[in-house]
Amino acid sequence: MLGKLDWSAIPFDQPIPLIAAAGTMVILGAVLVWVTVKGHWPYLWHEWITSVDHKRIGVMYIILGAVMLLRGFADAIMMRTQQAMAIHGPGYLPPEHYNQIFTAHGTIMIFFGAMPLVIGLMNFVVPLQLGVRDVAFPTLNSTGFWLTATGALLVNISLVVGEFARTGWLPYPPLSEATYTPGVGVDYYLWAIQISGVGTLTTGVNLVTTILKMRAPGMSYLRMPMFCWTSLASNLLIIAAFPVLTATLAMLTLDRYLGFHFFTNDAGGNMMMFVNLIWVWGHPEVYILVLPAFGIFSEVFSTFSGKPLFGYRSMVAATLFICIVSFMVWLHHFFTMGAGADVNAAFGIATSIIAVGTGVKIYNWLFTMYGGRVRFATPMMWSLGFMVTFVIGGMTGVMLAVPPADFMLHNSMFLVAHFHNVIIGGVVFGVFAGITYWFPKAFGFRLHEGWGHAAFWFTMAGFVIVFGSLYVTGFQGMTRRLQHIEVEEWRPWLYLSVAGIGVMIIGAFCQIMQLVVSIRDREKLRDVTGDPWDGRTLEWWTLSPPPHFNFAVLPDVHGEEAYWTMKERAFDMEQLAPEPKYEPIHMPKNSPTGFVTAFFATLIGFALIWHIWWLAILGFIGAYATFVVFAWRNEDEYVVEVDELVEAERERRAARAQWFGLGNPA
Amino acid sequence: MSDLTEIPFDSGDAAPGSEALNSHEAGGGIQGYLIGLFLATALTIGSFYIGATDWVWAPSIPVALIVLAIAQMGVHIVFFLHITTGPDNTNNVLALAFGIMIVAFVLFGSIWIMHHLNHNMAATGAMMMRGMP
Repeated sequence: MLGKLDWSAIPFDQPIPLIAAAGTMVILGAVLVWVTVKGHWPYLWHEWITSVDHKRIGVMYIILGAVMLLRGFADAIMMRTQQAMAIHGPGYLPPEHYNQIFTAHGTIMIFFGAMPLVIGLMNFVVPLQLGVRDVAFPTLNSTGFWLTATGALLVNISLVVGEFARTGWLPYPPLSEATYTPGVGVDYYLWAIQISGVGTLTTGVNLVTTILKMRAPGMSYLRMPMFCWTSLASNLLIIAAFPVLTATLAMLTLDRYLGFHFFTNDAGGNMMMFVNLIWVWGHPEVYILVLPAFGIFSEVFSTFSGKPLFGYRSMVAATLFICIVSFMVWLHHFFTMGAGADVNAAFGIATSIIAVGTGVKIYNWLFTMYGGRVRFATPMMWSLGFMVTFVIGGMTGVMLAVPPADFMLHNSMFLVAHFHNVIIGGVVFGVFAGITYWFPKAFGFRLHEGWGHAAFWFTMAGFVIVFGSLYVTGFQGMTRRLQHIEVEEWRPWLYLSVAGIGVMIIGAFCQIMQLVVSIRDREKLRDVTGDPWDGRTLEWWTLSPPPHFNFAVLPDVHGEEAYWTMKERAFDMEQLAPEPKYEPIHMPKNSPTGFVTAFFATLIGFALIWHIWWLAILGFIGAYATFVVFAWRNEDEYVVEVDELVEAERERRAARAQWFGLGNPA
Repeated sequence: MSDLTEIPFDSGDAAPGSEALNSHEAGGGIQGYLIGLFLATALTIGSFYIGATDWVWAPSIPVALIVLAIAQMGVHIVFFLHITTGPDNTNNVLALAFGIMIVAFVLFGSIWIMHHLNHNMAATGAMMMRGMP
C-alpha cells in the first residue's frame, strides 16, 4: 500500500535532523495558525497563490529563494563546524549524515536558492523594463513557480522522511546507482530536480518569448536595457541546457527504477558518459546564474554613477559571446578523467577565452564609473564588492583552466574556494544588489541604508575570511568533502574559516534586521516618486509599487535609455509629454492551475520516490485533469476600464511632475 | 495577456503559433500536411526496411539511417512546424539555428571526448595486463 514507506523512514535515532525538522514545523505551524486566525487565507489565495501577475510571482520566487538560501547556509555552518571539530576526532556529525549535508547544501543552494532568486528578479524586472504588462504566458509562469516550490518541498521533506542523497550535488554513478545507493536519497534528488526542472524550462521559454515578442513601441533590440539582454542570454541557455539535465537524470532514473544500463559498471554502461552529459548542462548553468547578475550590476553601476553604461554594444556582444562559448568549455570540470592532452588543451584554451568576455564587462563597468558622480547606496556597495571578489574568483578560475594545474587542484579545497568565490561574489552579491535596488519598486519603500551597509561589510568580510582560508587549505593539499581531518597543519585555517562564517552569520542577521527595520520605518522610507534612485530604465517610469497592469499606456521609446530620454525631454520642455489617449486593456485572470498542478506534482514525486504506484497514477491523472480544465476555460481575461487607467496615470504624472519640479500637470 | 493583437510586435515577425498559415508556401494547408505525412511515413518505412534487409551494403547501413533520420527532421520542420525562410519566421529560423549549433557542440564534443576516454581506458588496461605476472 505505501511502497517502501514505513516508520523506519523517520530518523528517530538522529537528534539533529529531528530537532531541526521539529523547529521548522513549529515555525511553519505558527505561521499557518497566524494566517488562519487573522483570516488572511482569502487574501493569500486570491492575491498571491493563484496570481498570474509577473510581479507577484517574482516576489514569491525571491521569498522561496531567500528561505532556501538560509537553509543552505545552515548546512554550510554545520559543515564548517564539523570540519573544525573533527580534527583527529569524529566531530558531531556521523559520516552518512555529513554526506547528506554537503549534498543538500549544493543541491539547495544552486537549484532552490540561486535559481529562484535569479529567476524571481528576471520575472519581476524584465516586463517592467521592456515596458509591457505581463510575460507572454502568465499562467505558465505561475505553474513554473509552483513546480519549483514542489522541488524545494521534496528536498526538505527528505530531512525527516527517509534520507537525502549522499553522492554530492551531482550524483555521479556508479555511486548513485541502485547497487551502491539502494536507499531513497538519490530518488529524492532525481524527482525534486526533474519536477523543478520543468518549472525552470517553462520559465525560460516564457521569458525568451516575452523578450523577443513583447516590447514597448520603439523598444528595438539595441534599446533594451542591459538586464534584458543578459536575461535573454540566460534564458536561451536555460532552453538549450536544461533538456540535457532532464535527459541525463532520466537515464539515471531508468537505471535505478527499471534496471537499465546507461551508466552502470556492467552490461555496457558507461559512467563517464554521465559525467560528460551532466557537465554539458552544468557549465551553462553557471552562466545561467551569473549572466542576470551581470545585468543587475550593469544597471546598478550605470544608475549610481549617473552615466549611461559604457560600451553598451560591446556589453551586448560580450553577453552573447559568453552565451555561446559557455557551451564549449564543459570538459574543464573533468580534465582529470583522462580524455588526454589534446582534448584537455582544446577545452582549456576555450575556458581561458571565455574569461575575455567577462573581462570586457569588468572594464566596461570600470569606465562606467570613471568620471561619474558615484553614489554609495547599498546596491552600489554590493556591486563594488562583487567587482573586487569576482576578479579574484575569475583569476583562480583561469588557473584551474590550465590542465596541468588542474591535475593538482582538482577536487581540492582550492576548487571549493574558487567556485564559492564566483558564485557568492557574482551571483549572491548580484542578487542582493538587485533586491535592494528593486525593492522600492516592488513594495513602495526603500530598504534601510545603515543595516544594508552593515550587512554588506559583515558578509564581505566573513566571505573573505572563510574562503581565503579555504584557498590556503587547498594549497596545503586538503581535498573537498572530508568528514574528519587528520592533518594538523590545516587546523588554524579551519578554525579561521569557522570564525569567518561567524562574521557571515552577523551579515545574514543584518539582512533580516534590514528587512524588519525597513518594514517598521516604511512611512519614513516611502518612495512617492516611483523613481527613488534617479533611474534610467522604464521600470522607474511607472509608480512604486506599479499598478497591476504596470503601465496605463505603453511607453513610447526613443533612444537607448528609454526613461532617461523622457526625463531629459521633460526637463528641456519644462513639461511632461502631453496626456495620452486611454483605451481599455485586457489583463489575464488569476488561475489556480499552477498551484493545483504543483500539488499533484508533489504527490507524483513523493509517490515515485517511495514506490507508491497507485498514488503516482492518481497524481498523474489529477495533473492531466487540471491541464484539461485549464485548456477548456472559456474566459481568461478581464477588462481594465479607462477610469482606473486614468486615475493611475494621473497619479503617476502628478508624482512625476513633483519629482521634476514642474508643478501640477493635470 | 493572451490577446496577441494588442501586443506591439516586432514588425513583420509573428509570435510562435500565431503566424497565419499560408497555403501558397510549401507545407501550407491540408495538402501540405498530407504531403508531410506521406514523406514521413515513407522515410520511417524506409529506415526499417534497409535496417532489416540486405538491400544496401551492410557496412553503410548506419550512414543510410543517419541520412534518413536527418531527412525526417527536415520533413517535420517544413511540413509540420512550418518553418520557412519568410520574414514572419526570423525568430523561428534563428532559434532553429541556435538549436542546431548547440546540438552540434554537444554531439560532436561528446563523441570526441568519449572516444578519447575509451581509447585511454583501453591503453591503461593493456598496460596493466602487461604489468601482471
